[in-house]
Amino acid sequence: MRKILFACLLCSLALAGFSQANVLPAPAQKGVMYVKNATIHVGNGKVIENGVIQVRDGKIEKVGNDISIPADANVMDAKGQQVYPGLILPVSSLGLIEIGAVRASNDARELGDLNPNVRSIVAYNTDSKVINTLRSNGILAANIVPQGSFLAGSSSVVQLDAWTWTDASLKTDAGMHLYMPSLMPRPSFGRGGGGGGFGPNAGQAATDPVKEGLEQIEKLKAFFREAKAYNDVTKHEETNLKYESVKNLFNKSQKFYVHGNTVKQMLVALDFVKEFGFDVVIVGGSESWQIANLLKEHNVSVILQQMHSLPTTADDDVDQPYKTAAALQKAGVLFAISDDDGQTRGRNLAFNAGTAVAYGLTKEEALAAISLNAAKIMGVADKTGSIEVGKEANFIISSGDILDMSTSNVTDAFIQGRKINLDDKQKQLNQRYEEKYELKPKKGF
Amino acid sequence: MRKPGSWLALLLLLIVQLPALAQPTFPENGVADPRHGFYAFTHATIVKDVNSTIENATLVIKDGRIVSIGAGLPVPAGAVEVECKGKFIYPSFIDIYTDYGTPQPQRTQGQGGFNFFAAQQAESNLKGPYGWNQAIRSDVDVYKVFNVNDANAKPLREAGFGTVLTHVKDGVARGTGAVVTLANAKENLVIVREKASAHYSFNKGTSTQAYPSSLMGYIALLRQTYLDAQWYKNKPDQEGFNLTLQSFLDNQSLPQIFEGNDKWNDLRADKIGDEFGVQYIIKAGQNEYQRIADMKSSNASFILPLNFPQAQDVEDPVDARFVSLEDMKHWELAPTNASAFEKAGIPFCLTTADLRTPGLFWTNLRKSMDYGLTEAKALEALTKTPATLLGVYDKVGSLDAGKLANFLVTTGPIFSERTNILYNYIQGIKYGVKDENNVAGTYNVTVNTPFGTESYTLDVKSPSSATLFGKDSLNTKFSFDSKQVKLSYAARPVRVRPNPSDSTRRAPGGGGFGAGRFGGGETTLPVNATRLSGISNGTEWNGTGVDSSGNELTWTAVFVKAAEVKTDSVRKKDPPVVGKVVYPFMPYGWDAEHQPKQETILIKNATVWTMEKEGILKNTDVLLKAGKIAAIGQNLSDPNARVIDGTGKHLSPGIIDEHSHIAAASINEGAQSVTSEVRIGDNLNPEDINIYRQLSGGVTTSHILHGSANVIGGQTQLIKLRWGANDQDLKFKNSDGFIKFALGENVKRTAATQGNTRYPDTRMGVEQVFMDAFTRAKDYKKEWAEYNAAKDKLIKDKKPLTGLIPPRRDLELDALAEILDNKRFITCHSYVQSEITGLIEVADKLGFKVNTFTHILEGYKVADKMLKHGANASTFSDWWAYKVEVDDAIPYNAAIMTKVGLNVAINSDDAEMARRLNQEAAKTIKYGGMTPEQALAMVTINPAKMLHVADRVGSLKVGKDADVVLWSDNPLSIYAKSLYTIVDGTVYFDRQHDQELEKSILEERTRLVKKMTGEKRGGGSVIPAQPSYQVIFSCSEHMHSHGLLTIDSEE
Repeated sequence: MRKILFACLLCSLALAGFSQANVLPAPAQKGVMYVKNATIHVGNGKVIENGVIQVRDGKIEKVGNDISIPADANVMDAKGQQVYPGLILPVSSLGLIEIGAVRASNDARELGDLNPNVRSIVAYNTDSKVINTLRSNGILAANIVPQGSFLAGSSSVVQLDAWTWTDASLKTDAGMHLYMPSLMPRPSFGRGGGGGGFGPNAGQAATDPVKEGLEQIEKLKAFFREAKAYNDVTKHEETNLKYESVKNLFNKSQKFYVHGNTVKQMLVALDFVKEFGFDVVIVGGSESWQIANLLKEHNVSVILQQMHSLPTTADDDVDQPYKTAAALQKAGVLFAISDDDGQTRGRNLAFNAGTAVAYGLTKEEALAAISLNAAKIMGVADKTGSIEVGKEANFIISSGDILDMSTSNVTDAFIQGRKINLDDKQKQLNQRYEEKYELKPKKGF
Repeated sequence: MRKPGSWLALLLLLIVQLPALAQPTFPENGVADPRHGFYAFTHATIVKDVNSTIENATLVIKDGRIVSIGAGLPVPAGAVEVECKGKFIYPSFIDIYTDYGTPQPQRTQGQGGFNFFAAQQAESNLKGPYGWNQAIRSDVDVYKVFNVNDANAKPLREAGFGTVLTHVKDGVARGTGAVVTLANAKENLVIVREKASAHYSFNKGTSTQAYPSSLMGYIALLRQTYLDAQWYKNKPDQEGFNLTLQSFLDNQSLPQIFEGNDKWNDLRADKIGDEFGVQYIIKAGQNEYQRIADMKSSNASFILPLNFPQAQDVEDPVDARFVSLEDMKHWELAPTNASAFEKAGIPFCLTTADLRTPGLFWTNLRKSMDYGLTEAKALEALTKTPATLLGVYDKVGSLDAGKLANFLVTTGPIFSERTNILYNYIQGIKYGVKDENNVAGTYNVTVNTPFGTESYTLDVKSPSSATLFGKDSLNTKFSFDSKQVKLSYAARPVRVRPNPSDSTRRAPGGGGFGAGRFGGGETTLPVNATRLSGISNGTEWNGTGVDSSGNELTWTAVFVKAAEVKTDSVRKKDPPVVGKVVYPFMPYGWDAEHQPKQETILIKNATVWTMEKEGILKNTDVLLKAGKIAAIGQNLSDPNARVIDGTGKHLSPGIIDEHSHIAAASINEGAQSVTSEVRIGDNLNPEDINIYRQLSGGVTTSHILHGSANVIGGQTQLIKLRWGANDQDLKFKNSDGFIKFALGENVKRTAATQGNTRYPDTRMGVEQVFMDAFTRAKDYKKEWAEYNAAKDKLIKDKKPLTGLIPPRRDLELDALAEILDNKRFITCHSYVQSEITGLIEVADKLGFKVNTFTHILEGYKVADKMLKHGANASTFSDWWAYKVEVDDAIPYNAAIMTKVGLNVAINSDDAEMARRLNQEAAKTIKYGGMTPEQALAMVTINPAKMLHVADRVGSLKVGKDADVVLWSDNPLSIYAKSLYTIVDGTVYFDRQHDQELEKSILEERTRLVKKMTGEKRGGGSVIPAQPSYQVIFSCSEHMHSHGLLTIDSEE
């Protein structure tokens, strides 16, 4: 009974304000710990049955079948369980937007269209209540991406169990984000009311958005040329923060994310590979299946932002968005799957990947698309993304297949070897009302 | 018009017409000049009407009317004879859909849908004794504002029109139209009938008032106006004098014309007419051929415009990708519209309305003929049919004695390609269209110089081209405008070889006569040319001139012989090859021969989720017959059945989506807080690709809800996803009516950035809107009950009913009264516990039930209260944190409510998610530990129960509708795909067939891209490729995209 009271007290605390006072970041993992008897989905396509993971001081020391475990060791028996690398959400506004419709809680989009110096990491709120709901579904890292109308700023990769953003950051300012102009004519509106009757006779905009967009891109290229020249010398008459903020693009230690979906947008993005040698990642890429071979040829990777989407045209295969991942896999393109849904906030990442399995990927390929591939694309594969020796011990344990909502059940999760608290606001509200309606199964006596 | 004769023709017409019509009441400022326009047109071929043509006939006109007509009639004494040998005479055409001579309405507001963010004008801002809504303009009589406008009349006359019906194209009810001629005379004289028609549309035009803001709102407004007008007949004191309603009533005796402009809108209009005993004449759009059988069954006559979509530039494959097959097919088939009407035997007229320029009329008319419209039908559609529809066939539409002298004089059969209209006589006034003078021919030219007489031969090709011959051909420049002649010539330079590069640079087709290579029409003459100027006196021209030395000359030319006339090419063109019309007119539509049919189907050896007490049956057969589930069991057989092997597969009932916004042309009538009068069922759109896409996800029944913009929204429509059906056949027949209510942020217009002015602005106000509406509904019910009792008593007492005035029927309160009478049921958009409890209390207090709380994301907090009230719950699986009222939303909601004892459904409210609804339901296993059967029940039998159709759908039970899905896997699994989706025993989705359809879509696209590109390469005009955007409706603030080409309409 005291326990219940305590839980309720914690709940009511949790309901006020941002942070969930009772869900604390876990302390650092010290010494050695083992997970045994697990089906280990490594993240790189391999599966180890009955495997052991040996973790020391937050890092994976050994993975395999023939690992001896001392009798007095700290061991977790995962018999009958599935172990996966911590999932990575490759494009997210997590911690930047708390409630979409509330302006005060939105920090994802800065004014202006040339903001390379803007950094998402400084606005990332580790106390967002959304974060805990993602951890419950196995997501342990995310790419925190600024939004915008053109060059929007830099993203950082964070792990999801931290006191402040400085603890959270896995890689700061890891990517620069360009939102490509639409390069497509927009429809004329004013067709409300009537059914049908639009189509070829719909009016055209006075200006040509394709031409305008291309001019904007040319201006951006001029900016990059100037920035390169500026960064090639050490002394300047005056400091230009915008030039300085893009210097890591040229040495490829920062990725260049181009948000776009159409073939035209993606082909224009190749300019940045050709002229500047940037490491280009397409974000969106709903039409990428049409030019998968070209993307492969130029080593451009793709983040499919929203797998659960409608086909682009009525003429398309009704399942085209579900099949795009398999098309990229077939062409050998490095790709990740994201879940950019503003109403579920990314928690369905694994199920987006599951859908790709129904339409052509293997389960391990789909897993890679939300773990190791994502880590590679974001430049953090040395630290995370798979259950491999030398990486941070970021993994999750589920009683069933995590790609399928009817079996997914994450029971434990580890970030840097730290066993994290998987409670979240929604579980607490669930408990609270189970109490109200006396729904909990009666125990004992 | 660059043709040389045209300005002269205009001049002539001005001279001729002035005195022809005179008005006795108008004083003359000068000397009286009475004239009668007494003419006899002789030896013509006169086409009186489609069925009678008289050869060698005479037409006599006087005072603007036809006096007599017949073969070989003598020219009456006093009449001027006009020789018409070789000419044809036709009745002038009639266009009954114009706004000729009316002031252009100044549009201040587009016809967009409801805007969540904008301020609204709730009341009419018109001053005067008008009705409540600015869009009802029945008081407008065009004859009062009509002005003759010769500049606009001229192109119509030149296209052959003599009479038009004109009206002010503004508003939902547009007042009356007038029949006028296109003569350039005083308005008094050209008005043939001042009140000839009454006009309606689904376009509120210049009205600045917020209501209506949706198609279903337009329909409701019209229906209410009909009811109000009937009620107003009794002159109720409360209403005072209402000019709008009085005019609406007065206009009912006229022909009623409705602007549909689209196949579905045509049918929607016709349905309104059926309700109020009106048969509209329907102004069509371009796409009626896509549903010609439905057009026929409307029994309406139609007015067809001849505007066709332009070809698009689809050479660039990247641009072409976003042009839909639908748009390309429509481009190809639109010219078949008129012939489709003709073949179906539907009466129709033709109009110049909607054309980009009147000049396109003949181009597109001929195109329609290429695509099968016959000449006889075209003539009828331009003469007799419109005149008959308007009841003015006694005045216009054929050539008969007593009718207006409106006729065309042509050079041949009117629809032949080489025929020209020479004159268009309107009310006996001659208007030149094309120069009659056939100047082409050979002339002997004599030039008198101070040195003697020179003789030449002039070979005239056309009014702008001729060559003068002396010993040799001379460099000649020539022009003739039917009266004035100009002729300049000079000897050719010695070296006359044309520069080869010159000739290759010429535009194709530039060679040939006149303007040919030897410069008959060369514009550059040497400065030393001889220049002649003269006047034609018929077959002889006389004039003066100057030679290169400045010597003055005189000259004459005498006609010798006419040029050989090229015969009309009567080459009958083969009708162009075009693709098939498919139903629906979309990709994945079926052509007429391949429509899916109801079948006897035996599914063998499947895992059967009955959703009944039998539970999940392994290795079981299910027989579907005559649209019903005929048997469930083992070793079933039926000799006539199509057998589908279900081994390793799962069979479930079709998915039912309790909350959807697909398949409708509009979703939100948000201009008022209470709009129970609007009905989704009035504006279903059976051509929404999402119907097919959702079939691919196993959905068979969808509840199409009004949006959540207002407290009491519109009436909903339950549909079955019968892909290819028309709007009426999409409906789930004999099901209870529902209505959408809404609470919270949307109805208090939280998103309105300019401040909300529409009551209510808080949840406190929301409750009061309910209190007010249902209180009014109760009073309304009482008023009718008292009236009915009084009426019954009078009838019983056999007393006359006169003096007993029925109450005003109010469509808004009718719907609320149905709720109070348990004949209509509520599904209420709701989020937070306070407002849910609030509505339950209002309902209990006023005696109605809330059937379903939809969305209901905080239902878990008050599940006990909902249970006590008897409500159902329909919710999202896991949405939250996109707005404040969903901050406490939890994915355990469905499970908690189920455990408390509520009947719970999972809904989509989303065109994309609806096709994964089975998997959305599966999330309740993860969040809250539902059993698989409990989970699947949330998208099958549970929504069936809350929609009152559980006796028909939602489970697999003998006798129920054969709405089933065969899945590749456990239907709750992420890996499950629908292999067959069957509605009423008809296979509407078959995954294998789907692949074949996809192939044929690609083939058809390829064919049409080639054809359009051919049009471009052939020099045809093309417009840039137009991406085919699609509007997707949804509820709430959607924060995910539906794709590149969608426009998410937040309702």
